[in-house]
Amino acid sequence: MSALVQWFNERAPGMGAAYKKHMTEYYAPKNFNFMYYFGSLALLVLVNQIVTGIFLTMFYTPSAAGAFDSVQYIMRDVNWGWLVRYMHETGASMFFIVIYLHMFRGLMYGSYKKPRELVWLLGMLIFLALMAEAFMGYVLPWGNMSFWGAKVIITLFSAVPVIGPHLVEWIMGTLSVPGDPTLNRFFALHVVALPMVLLLLVVLHLGALHEVGSNNPDGVDIKHGPKGNRWNPDAPADGIPFHPYYTLKDLVGVGVFLIICAIIIFFAPAVGGFFLEPDNLVKANPLVTPASIKPVWYFSPFYAILRAIPSKGIGVLALGGSIVALFLVPWLDRGKVKSIRFRGRSYKIALTLFVIVFLLLGSIGADVMPIWLGLVYGSNAEAIVSTNLLIARTLTVLYFAFFVFLWAYTFFGLERTKPVPERVTTHD
Amino acid sequence: MTDKTFRAFMRTLSALLLTLAVALAASPSALAEEGASYPHVNINVHDRGALQRGARLFMNYCVGCHSLQYVRYNQLAGALGLTEKQVLDNLDFTGAKFREPIVSAMPEADATKWFGKVPPDLSLEVGNRGADWVAAYLKSFYLDPKTASGWNNTVLVNSAMPFPLWQLQGEQVAVMNPPEGGNAATVTELKLAHPGSLTPAQYDQAVSDLTTFLAYVSSPDELTRSHIGMWVILYLVLFTLFALVLKKEYWKDVH
Repeated sequence: MSALVQWFNERAPGMGAAYKKHMTEYYAPKNFNFMYYFGSLALLVLVNQIVTGIFLTMFYTPSAAGAFDSVQYIMRDVNWGWLVRYMHETGASMFFIVIYLHMFRGLMYGSYKKPRELVWLLGMLIFLALMAEAFMGYVLPWGNMSFWGAKVIITLFSAVPVIGPHLVEWIMGTLSVPGDPTLNRFFALHVVALPMVLLLLVVLHLGALHEVGSNNPDGVDIKHGPKGNRWNPDAPADGIPFHPYYTLKDLVGVGVFLIICAIIIFFAPAVGGFFLEPDNLVKANPLVTPASIKPVWYFSPFYAILRAIPSKGIGVLALGGSIVALFLVPWLDRGKVKSIRFRGRSYKIALTLFVIVFLLLGSIGADVMPIWLGLVYGSNAEAIVSTNLLIARTLTVLYFAFFVFLWAYTFFGLERTKPVPERVTTHD
Repeated sequence: MTDKTFRAFMRTLSALLLTLAVALAASPSALAEEGASYPHVNINVHDRGALQRGARLFMNYCVGCHSLQYVRYNQLAGALGLTEKQVLDNLDFTGAKFREPIVSAMPEADATKWFGKVPPDLSLEVGNRGADWVAAYLKSFYLDPKTASGWNNTVLVNSAMPFPLWQLQGEQVAVMNPPEGGNAATVTELKLAHPGSLTPAQYDQAVSDLTTFLAYVSSPDELTRSHIGMWVILYLVLFTLFALVLKKEYWKDVH
């Protein structure tokens, strides 16, 4: 065995070095907590999407006439087709849950701050690519909501000055409503182009991270702390090898995550119409519009921002701005202290409010507002629903207010932070 | 894992599960059509008797006009626990071969001539509209001389569909609100004017059976996936426990 390893290493000396650099000699802080599971879980879901996607591609028909029927063929006639499709569809929603938590972790512990700005930027690009990938995948089954969702989202590009209408035609490939050309190019992008972009970005995201090293819940840079641990006299004292320590820890996270996924896949794959929508069980029909056209749940916070503004041009700008603002976080936040554990109280309140605002925007965008309104306002909820544009606008303003606050709070030195410890404080 | 992390972990896990539960509980009202909700019917696709009775009703009263284009007769055999001969003798009235899909024998051109449109395929009807809607629809036909078919429906107003189950339920008539201030008359109540061959309770049962059958047809994977799911989850729980023990073993020297 060792002779074989030696034979291999002599012929590919870079492989062993790369393995050491990224696994056994990548020293991660020893105090990662629960929030640090979501990076590896995102990678797991990506692999799941690629593998299940390959099998779906074998049976799916990318044409307006055949797509819907081929999905039913997969669900009913292909052996284990239902399982593969449910894994892919549940995977898409779980991808966003995991990514949103992963991004929230970054905001909590200041993981976007120097020297990790590039890691954050690459992560945001992954988020953008993922949104495009998910949207196009959502269109492929060619249900009626897929169809009209595609129409609405593509038509947003008509807000671009001068070339707007031509741009819409160029993207859609048809004159008025999506058709065969639209479906075929979305298939090509979803199955070939965007997965490659995603994989490349993930490699760059991890490469950039391993260059500077991982942040941790204390926001203490272990590279600046004392040197020397059991494995290496020059490595950070508070670091432990990623493999086997974090690979094994992540394996526990994977187990719990898969249990949750299995509960969904085997017992409630539609998740009450949120993961799989009833309106998509009707074939795309250009003559019949669904009662209300809305995107899948993971886009609903951004959709609520778009819908809160009557002017299409400004609405699209706000939608774009809500994502651009996230890109800018490393430069808006001038605070030196990374972790929420040692940041000012106002930051803690602001971040909590931001999360609540994001969730409320999501429920408005998904049209589930009357339920939580009913919980809050009781029997009066119906009357309050009529003013829902006002609520959506207030929430939109609060969404952007977080970023303005983040800048002003740190730029004018209003934050009163707690002393940051020299070494990481806890580990599990 | 220390107790502290474990508690944090369990807290987050329960928060996630709670969110999921809330989403599940909230969804029917969230997704129902505006203002409309229908009485809940209890259906169980694992009830083989209900599936068989529902299939018989469908093949006797529905398949004349409605197809189940995504379902094949041989798939029925497996799901209903019947032999090939039983299915062909008792359920296949369209002359289709055993492995062929359930397609109505009615020519589309005739359907358009008779009803103004081709009756919809019902393979995904329950998934699309919900079991409650389907059951309510089948209980809401009433005599209406103003329509071409002589029937109308309170759930799907001015439905082009005549009522095929009238011999079972009987004939309902509508109690109307008089037209008011330019508004058309509205139905306040349906009354059974002429009883059918079934009592109201028996008819409710028949509708429930038919809805159960259509629910199975809409997502046939439901019959198998919960059984498989139990084993998958059992395996994953064991896997996670082993992973946890292994992780603890490795981590005991990290201080």
